[in-house]
Amino acid sequence: MKYLDEYRDARIARALAAEIRQRSTRPWVLMEICGGQTHTLMRYGIDDLLGDSVQLVHGPGCPVCVTPLETIDRAIALARRPDVTLVSYGDMLRVPGSDTDLFHVKAEGGDVRIVYSPTDAVQLARSQPDRKVVFFAIGFETTAPAHAMAVLQAERLGLRNFSLLVSHVLVPPAIRTLLHSPKNRVQGFIAPGHVCTVVGCREYEDLVREFRVPIVVGGFEPLDLLEAIRMLVIQLEEGRAEVENQYVRSVQYEGNRPAQEAVARVFEVSDRKWRGIGPIPESGLCLKEKYAAFDADRLFDLAGISSQEPAECIAAEVLLGHKKPTDCTAFGTRCTPDKPLGAPMVSSEGACAAYYQYRRHLVTL
Amino acid sequence: MPPTTNTAATSLHSETVTKDEPKDLAAFSCPLPLPARERILLGHGSGGKLSADLLRDVFLPALSNPVLDRLEDQAVVSFNGVRLAITTDSFVVKPLFFRGGDIGSLAVHGTINDLAMGGAEPLWLSAAFILEEGLPIETLRRVVASMQQAGANAGVQIVTGDTKVVEKGSADGLFINTTGIGRVRDGVSLSASQAKPGDVILISGYLGDHGIAILAEREGLQFETQVKSDSAALYTLVACLLDATHEVRCLRDPTRGGLSSTLNEFAVSSQVGMELDETSIPVREEVRGACEMLGLDPLYVANEGKLVAIVAPSAAPTALRALQSHPLGKDAAIIGRVTQEHPRLVVMRTPLGTTRIVDMLSGDQLPRIC
Repeated sequence: MKYLDEYRDARIARALAAEIRQRSTRPWVLMEICGGQTHTLMRYGIDDLLGDSVQLVHGPGCPVCVTPLETIDRAIALARRPDVTLVSYGDMLRVPGSDTDLFHVKAEGGDVRIVYSPTDAVQLARSQPDRKVVFFAIGFETTAPAHAMAVLQAERLGLRNFSLLVSHVLVPPAIRTLLHSPKNRVQGFIAPGHVCTVVGCREYEDLVREFRVPIVVGGFEPLDLLEAIRMLVIQLEEGRAEVENQYVRSVQYEGNRPAQEAVARVFEVSDRKWRGIGPIPESGLCLKEKYAAFDADRLFDLAGISSQEPAECIAAEVLLGHKKPTDCTAFGTRCTPDKPLGAPMVSSEGACAAYYQYRRHLVTL
Repeated sequence: MPPTTNTAATSLHSETVTKDEPKDLAAFSCPLPLPARERILLGHGSGGKLSADLLRDVFLPALSNPVLDRLEDQAVVSFNGVRLAITTDSFVVKPLFFRGGDIGSLAVHGTINDLAMGGAEPLWLSAAFILEEGLPIETLRRVVASMQQAGANAGVQIVTGDTKVVEKGSADGLFINTTGIGRVRDGVSLSASQAKPGDVILISGYLGDHGIAILAEREGLQFETQVKSDSAALYTLVACLLDATHEVRCLRDPTRGGLSSTLNEFAVSSQVGMELDETSIPVREEVRGACEMLGLDPLYVANEGKLVAIVAPSAAPTALRALQSHPLGKDAAIIGRVTQEHPRLVVMRTPLGTTRIVDMLSGDQLPRIC
């Protein structure tokens, strides 16, 4: 496959892995932030290829996983309303709320639709003016521009029946929380390439200066990740801490200006709760006052819905890199993708789910 | 997260507890059965874990008998010394017409193939139609003509049928059920439970064509080369394979749920492990590209004209040659082997030399957010 197979070449992958093993003088603890990167590492067994030369721990970058339980309960409450069409990305439908999930609400007669793009939801609102169309807008900086464009498009079309249920989170505040933790053991980060395609690399400079930790912006294919790991190991071995960009074919230092402008027009930074971690100040986005008419949280009375997480899950320690999924006593037994106890098991890109889906043959349960 | 069925029971439970204030909670038992809150989800029709749950929890407890309990894709019954294979299948594909076929040809091929996978020569089919009020008769005429053509090409006659019409909105245009009867070849006994460590896994050609053709049609996707459904009647290919060797242990067509579901079913039924070699699995460029774009895995995408065969190691070269000698099997390949290790798990060797699990899907494959 053109443009992808080059980044999956087995010979180069083995050479990169050998170089990492040879350069590494101790088992550096490295974290990839993004769930998509975790998925690739597990799918291709890259941790196996590296042996003990580095220890990979997995970050909080699965947007489905970190969407708070109560936000899912709010989406479910909306989907149950007879006047609402709830539109979502596919993988949110299976995530359990407190007592059900969106698939079950759909089966009970709720109008729940899956789309690939939020602008499809705008079209839906346009084509059925008597329905209130709510798009479940989750994700990191990556999906924010598309969500902003959907709002701007709805505004231009004069739609009064389109809104967003927003649960947007930002990567740098999460890395900051993680580095402030007294239990932190992460020595280098692979920053999420898609996020940086939008926001650029500048924000990561502050983190590097403040915490003296190397950060390499990485892509999502096996060779991208191996190269990013190699760049981190070289920095660590040389005692450097810099922002470097492995994913040059997609990420520019300044990011994507028009995308940033669209986000800045529609959204502002707000405090956010992360599932499994808890509240992090200034770690999310919400709609600006000017766009209150597109904010499902304000249009529908959802504030009363609050939910408690099950207590047994060690999600926070997994998402902050203190523990591996397999360190959990419930992994693969009391906690599986069919019956997840918490955040990292609910979506296929969560660290626990990725271990379960691809690697459990190598673990004694 | 408790299962949804328990939630209401728990709250009911605690209400009663508050009222009666029993001291010994262990001695307290709920006098009511759990409320039946579970409903059918689309995923129950996906051929994955949810479908298996329905079989285990609803169908088998009520209908269990020695023939059904074998859970093959066709029932084999003996009558006056003749072994007959019987199978039935319903077709609800949307859109009704797609590149490479339509609901009519699919309804004929699907049932013929389920007979063929039991080593049976298909003889007769029935066809039952559920039509939605308002369906253009011309559409029905096209579908029926396509069924006639597909049946004639496979040497099978449709010998009985039924028609029902439901109100507008109660069906999606047109649903078809076909039932087939065939005669099992002498000396042939195929079952999902016969795979043995060391056996070799073969696939008859490119994976994922049907599923991607349907999805492309549904989502309005355009590719440089359009993918066509592989919908085809496989009996002649099966005959070619069974003529060449008596050492075929399992045969199945990897339809919904794809190759991964079929192999997981073999692994569980036979209590063995499977190891696939990712680089040897034939997937077309266009299908790989579409899957990549849509966040899907071709191993889980439906096929309607492919078979998976598990054969004894010594018969593998003969079996491969036999498949490749037939037009429907010209791209056949050996894709893995049966193992003693990791029983009931299908594991795949990646191009990097590492291994990963190829799991059974829980419900439908879902597109990922990013």
